Amino acid sequence: MTTTFDQRVAEALADKNLKLAVERTAGTAEAKRTIAVDAFPDFESARTRAAAIKDHVVANLGHYLQQFEANATAAGAHVHWARTAQEACDIVVGLCKAANAKSVARSKSMLGEEIGLPHALAEAGIGRIETDLAEHIIQLSGERPSHIIWPAMHKTREQVSALFKTSHRNPHVEETIAAMAESARRHLREGMLAADVGISGANFLVADTGAVCTVTNEGNAELSLVPPRMHIVTAGIEKIVPSTGHAVHMLRMLSRSATGAPLSQYTTFYTGPKRAADRDGPEEMHIVLVDNGRTTMREEGLAEMLRCIRCGACMNHCVVFRQIGGHAYGGTYPGPMGAVLTPAFDGLKQSRDLPNACTLNGKCQEVCPVRIPLPTLLRGWREKSWREGLEPASLRSGLGTWAWFARRPRLYRAATAAALKSMRLMGRTGWLSKIPLAGGWTQYRDMPKPAAESFMAQYKKGRRS
Amino acid sequence: MTTPRVALFVTCLVDLIRPQIGFAAITALEAAGCEVIVPEAQTCCGQPALNSGDRKTAEDLARRAIAALEGYDHVVIPSGSCAATIRVHYPEILEHDATWGPRATALAAKTYEIMAYLDEVRGWKPEGVALPATATYHDSCSGLRELGIKRQPRRLLAAVDGLALKPLDGAETCCGFGGTFCVKYPAISNAIVAEKATAIDASGADLLLAGDLGCLMNMAGKLHREGSPVRAFHAIELIAGMGDGPAIGEEA
Repeated sequence: MTTTFDQRVAEALADKNLKLAVERTAGTAEAKRTIAVDAFPDFESARTRAAAIKDHVVANLGHYLQQFEANATAAGAHVHWARTAQEACDIVVGLCKAANAKSVARSKSMLGEEIGLPHALAEAGIGRIETDLAEHIIQLSGERPSHIIWPAMHKTREQVSALFKTSHRNPHVEETIAAMAESARRHLREGMLAADVGISGANFLVADTGAVCTVTNEGNAELSLVPPRMHIVTAGIEKIVPSTGHAVHMLRMLSRSATGAPLSQYTTFYTGPKRAADRDGPEEMHIVLVDNGRTTMREEGLAEMLRCIRCGACMNHCVVFRQIGGHAYGGTYPGPMGAVLTPAFDGLKQSRDLPNACTLNGKCQEVCPVRIPLPTLLRGWREKSWREGLEPASLRSGLGTWAWFARRPRLYRAATAAALKSMRLMGRTGWLSKIPLAGGWTQYRDMPKPAAESFMAQYKKGRRS
Repeated sequence: MTTPRVALFVTCLVDLIRPQIGFAAITALEAAGCEVIVPEAQTCCGQPALNSGDRKTAEDLARRAIAALEGYDHVVIPSGSCAATIRVHYPEILEHDATWGPRATALAAKTYEIMAYLDEVRGWKPEGVALPATATYHDSCSGLRELGIKRQPRRLLAAVDGLALKPLDGAETCCGFGGTFCVKYPAISNAIVAEKATAIDASGADLLLAGDLGCLMNMAGKLHREGSPVRAFHAIELIAGMGDGPAIGEEA
C-alpha cells in the first residue's frame, strides 16, 4: 500500500458513489440483523455461549488441532501446517503444480486474501477464476475486496454492468439484475467445470469429524470444489470448533449477524475426498492450517480477537466504516475487526492510524456475536503505539502539557483562566469559527466560546445555582 | 432518609466551556435532597490520556481523582463518558496496583452519571419546572453502552411541564466527536456529524439535548455552521429549570 491512510480517506470521502453503495448494503444489513436478532429466542445467552465455545477452543488449540488432523486424515484428507503466509502459499502452489493444474476455481476465502494467494498463483502462472459473484467482480476490475461479506459492496449496479459487458464473452443485453446474474452464471460455470483444482477457505473446522464447513449464498463453493480433481482448503487455525453441534450454534450466530438471514443458502460439510461409492467429488483433499501470527496474537493480549467468525457486523454498524468504506483501511480486513487485525498482520508502524481512527463508541462490541471487546483491543494498540513512540509529537506534547497541569490543580486553574481569557478575545459572538491549533475542529464546525470564568472560579466566589 | 454527601465532579469541558451545567447539577442534586460538595483538588478524569494510549498518565490522573473524590457518600458527574471512565475504566487500569486497585473499585461503586443518579438512586423528579418547547435527545455512546443510560433522562425530561420529546432518527448512533478523534481525523468526524445534524433538523424539534458536553459541542457546532435554528442544551439544564436561558454558543 503506497498511499497513506489520510489520502485513502480523502479519496473515499470524495467518492459519492461509494457512500451511496456502502449505505445501501450496510444499512440494509443493519436493519435485517435487528429484525433477525429480535426474533431470536435469547440472543444474549446465545452470544455468551458462542464466545465461550471460541474461548475454550483458543485456550485448547493444540488439543483440538491434533484431533482435527487425526480425524481429517482418517477421512482421507491430507493436513498441512503453515506458520507463515509465504509457507501457506508455497504449499498451495506446490500442490497445484503436482496436480499439473492449469486453472483453479476459488471459492471466497478471506484467509486466501490475507496470505496473498491470488498473487502467489499468478506468480506461478496458474490461471484462477474467482467464483463468488462479488469476488468475480473484484477480479474483473483488478481491485481488492472492500468488505468481508460483500467484497464489491463499494460498486454500484451500473459499474458492474459495464464491467460484465467488457469482460464476459456473451454478456447480458437487458439492464436487469436477473440478466446480469445470468451473464455471470454462464461465465463462471465454464470456469468452474474447467478447473483442475478447487480452492476454498473454511468457516469452521470440526475437530471430532475432521470436516470442513463452508457457507455461501450462491452455491459457488459446491460447484467449485466438487468437480475438480483436487480440493485445497486454506484455513486459519482458530477456525476450529469441537463438534458439529458447536458448528451449528456458530452458524446460527454467523448468518444472522452477517446478513440478517436465519441461515445461509448453502451450508456444506466436506469430510475427506471422494469415496469409492461416490459418483462425484475430488480425488484428493488437502487442508492447509495456517498460523500467520495467530499464535503470537494469542500470546500478546489479542486472544479475544481469535473468537472472530468473520461475520462483518462490526463494520456494518461502524460510523467510520460507513463513511470511508473498506479500501481506506488498507488491509485484508476492514472496519473495527480490521483495525485490530491489520496491525497484528502488517505491523503497528504501518497501520497505527487504524486503531486511532475510531470514536470508541462501542457499537461494534454491542453487535459482535462472539462479544469481542473491540474498543478495549483498539485501546490496547493505542497504548502500544504510545509506548513505542509512534504517536505524533503534537499529540504527545499537547497531552503532556495538559496532564502536567491536571496534576497540579492550582496551576491548572491559573493556566485555564488565562486560556479562557485569550479564547474569549477571539470572537465577537458566542461562537468561534477560527481557532489557532484547532483547525481540525473549526474547518467544519463552529466552537462555542468558552465561559468568561470557569465553573470553579465562579463557585469559589460563592455562586451556587 | 439521611442526606447524602455528594461530591460533584465537574468535568473539564463543563468547567471551562459551560459552567451552568455544573450549577444546574447542584440545583437538581440539592432539590433531590443531597448535600453537594465540589472538591477543589479535582481537575480531569484522565479520559483523553486513556483513550490516546498514554496509560501511565491515565493511571496517575486516576489516582489523583480517587484521592480527591473517595471521601464522600457518592460522586456524581454530569457526563456519561467521564462517569464511565471512573466506573468502568479506573478499576481496570489500576487492577495491578494492590493499594489503588481496591480504592478504584470502591470509588467506581459509588460514582454515578447525574441523570442515572437522580432517577435511579434518588428516585427524584423535577417539580414545578416548565418549558414550552419541543426537544430531541441524542444518546451519547459511553453513557448508553457503558452505563446503560437510556430511560433515566427521558423519565426526568417527561416531568418538565410543556416539554415534548420528539424521536431522533439514529439517536444511538455516534455523533463523530470521540474525544481526540474529532481533531485527529476531522474530515471523517465531519462526515459523521453532518449526517447527525441532518437527522436533528429532520426531527422537527426546537432543542437538541444530550448528557455529554463534548457530543453537544460537536453537534451544536455543526448545526450552527450549517445555519440550523436548533438550539442545544445539556439535559440537566432543562431538568434544573434553566432551559429558558442561553443555549450552547449563545451569549448571555
